[in-house]
Amino acid sequence: MVIRFAFLLAALVLAAPLAAAQGTPLTLASTTSTENSGLLGEILPRFTKDTGIAVRVVAVGTGAALNLGRSGDADILLVHAREDEDAFVAAGYGAFRRDVMFNDFVIVGPRQDPAGIGAQKDAASAFATIAMREGLFVSRADNSGTHKAEMRIWRSAGVDPVSASGRWYKESGSGMGATLNLSAGLNAYTLSDRGTWLSFRNQGDLTIVFEGDPPLKNPYGVILVNPARHPHIQAKNALTFIDWLTGPRGQAAIDSFRISGQQLFFPIAKQPQR
Amino acid sequence: MSAPQSILPLEVRQLVYEAGGTRLLHDINLTLNHTQRTVILGPNGAGKSLLLRLCHGLLKPTSGEIVWRGAGTRDQPIRHQAMVFQRPVMLRRSAHANITHALKLRDVSRSERPERANAALALAGLSDLADRPARLMSGGEQQRLALARAWVTEPDVLFLDEPTASLDPAATRAVETLIEGFHAAGTKIIMATHDLGQARRLADEIVFLNKGRLLEHAPATQFLERPDTREGRAFITGDLLW
Amino acid sequence: MNTILNAFAEAGVLLASFDSDFLAIVGLSLRVSLSAVLIACLIGFPLGAAVALFRFPGRGAVALMLNTLMGLPPVVVGLIVFLILSRSGPLGVLGLLFTPTAMIIAQAILVTPIIAALTRQIIEDLWGEYSEHLRSLNAGPLDTLGTLIYDARFSLSTAVLAGFGRAIAEVGAVMIVGGNIDHATRVMTTAIALETSKGNLATALGLGIVLLVIALAVNAGVQIINAMGARKDAIA
Repeated sequence: MVIRFAFLLAALVLAAPLAAAQGTPLTLASTTSTENSGLLGEILPRFTKDTGIAVRVVAVGTGAALNLGRSGDADILLVHAREDEDAFVAAGYGAFRRDVMFNDFVIVGPRQDPAGIGAQKDAASAFATIAMREGLFVSRADNSGTHKAEMRIWRSAGVDPVSASGRWYKESGSGMGATLNLSAGLNAYTLSDRGTWLSFRNQGDLTIVFEGDPPLKNPYGVILVNPARHPHIQAKNALTFIDWLTGPRGQAAIDSFRISGQQLFFPIAKQPQR
Repeated sequence: MSAPQSILPLEVRQLVYEAGGTRLLHDINLTLNHTQRTVILGPNGAGKSLLLRLCHGLLKPTSGEIVWRGAGTRDQPIRHQAMVFQRPVMLRRSAHANITHALKLRDVSRSERPERANAALALAGLSDLADRPARLMSGGEQQRLALARAWVTEPDVLFLDEPTASLDPAATRAVETLIEGFHAAGTKIIMATHDLGQARRLADEIVFLNKGRLLEHAPATQFLERPDTREGRAFITGDLLW
Repeated sequence: MNTILNAFAEAGVLLASFDSDFLAIVGLSLRVSLSAVLIACLIGFPLGAAVALFRFPGRGAVALMLNTLMGLPPVVVGLIVFLILSRSGPLGVLGLLFTPTAMIIAQAILVTPIIAALTRQIIEDLWGEYSEHLRSLNAGPLDTLGTLIYDARFSLSTAVLAGFGRAIAEVGAVMIVGGNIDHATRVMTTAIALETSKGNLATALGLGIVLLVIALAVNAGVQIINAMGARKDAIA
């Protein structure tokens, strides 16, 4: 009886990869912000309906996504760290990069705003005020696009928060969701992309305390992983996807995505030169 | 039960056994023939169990030889022997399954096994307990099962290591009856015991051991009435030997 | 406290709704973990038994290694398998990364030491008991192995359940090598991690309760099979 059961299980195990071999889906490495906000869940089915091509999303931090592109484990990257994206393409890991959309970051914090940053004139001053008043702040500290944006703002405020790590500056080393959980639990400030924040269900006593400053704008780029470097990349299908995403259909899909009636992502693709 | 080519006689030549740096058996020389019920007698710690295990092949001599007749010209001598231990080893199965397991290891065909097991159980008076988990049987029942299990392998030689030391008189009687049955069917009995009374009841010849040395080897009546050695005399009068 | 109560409600809704996405996640969890345990048994049983029965130089070291590897951190295993299966890794050409097969491999690596180490201990203990009797019967290596494994089957089934428990509950390995891809490599534990990161704490906990219910069902199933077997074979 054990032998028969063993064969059945072995058959189940082996059958699956065979089934998957027909029509391999594209692998899109993206960030947790695009996945968790629900954007990809909304627009990818439209792509599949239009083209018949399936897309699997691996949602990791920007740093990890770029690594997947370097090692050839993803066909396409959709991330938000412009300097790193350009470096990636320049180093030959990516064939090219195109603008797709932008969303924005918001500073969330306790409702009562103990550090009083709501009245500040820009993001840099808000951060400087938090540092001066030693308000609790949680950082993603994970090399993600959000983290890099956060560090840019600290730099422009002339503050080195890492020296206070463990005191008022908490480095979670985690994704946006885990960082928000931590912030809600500690009643602390943190920098979040608007999409993740709006769809986050454990907001606790936190609310948006600062928004709108131009440095908080967060552009996304799409990159084709270089097929010259990794011949197994599904270049043709990947190109179809990038064209769709930056073309009228994809841009319209992004434009129409709402959470609680609010638009989060704003399309900015320029029409491709062919 | 002795096949046309019995593995007897058994010759033990200059057998020495050491363990943990201590010599436990000193230079044993012995020949055992068929027909006699041999009892290895001696106080606890004399080396009786060691001698049985060495003869049966469960231990390797430090030096010296165990030689069975025609050794090397047949299949392994151990396949024509069986052993029953003081505490019987019961498989985690029914009484019946314990016996069919032994039959399987003797390459008896699957269809024959149940019947032969039933016959052995009947012989041992255990037919009612055929489906009882062996480990739940009483000590006496387990020992009878061990004998029934040995019976089905049709051994030329049956080794027994203090088989009734842990049993009450009634169970002891039942076991001894079975041992007599083996003997009547032609199996050579080689049994270790420290129980004088049992030796009197069962032995045809006695091999007397003390402190790892073979001191006497004589017909039972002779040893039990007029032992040659001081130790032998002390033993049969019930004195402690040290 | 509110969250915990909501969690039970969510668990109930999930179980009653037979939502297809949810069922797919449960099905994949079972498929991955059961397959991994099967492979672990095929390797672990003979390995553990061999270490128990044969004397060879370094035997003690092997037993020590097996025991130690029972504590392999899942995330470390995931990382190592990831690096091996990555396109830039030695086995990249197989294209197994981010597939259920990769998850099965990672979990099999996690579970095999558990099965092997426990098998070794169980067989060693039983061999201590049966050794003289089996050698007296002149049992060969295969017969010896067969007898020991059969007689130890209830203890061994507990070892298998320990392995299964480890597999079904871990998240570190399957997250890294599977990628938690929707409709492809999402299992119960990675779904729980995802819901937690979205702040859906009650849903996450509800999924956790469902996971426990499933584990309970598997364990109960094995217990029933064992009991039936014990009655039939008259085991003490």
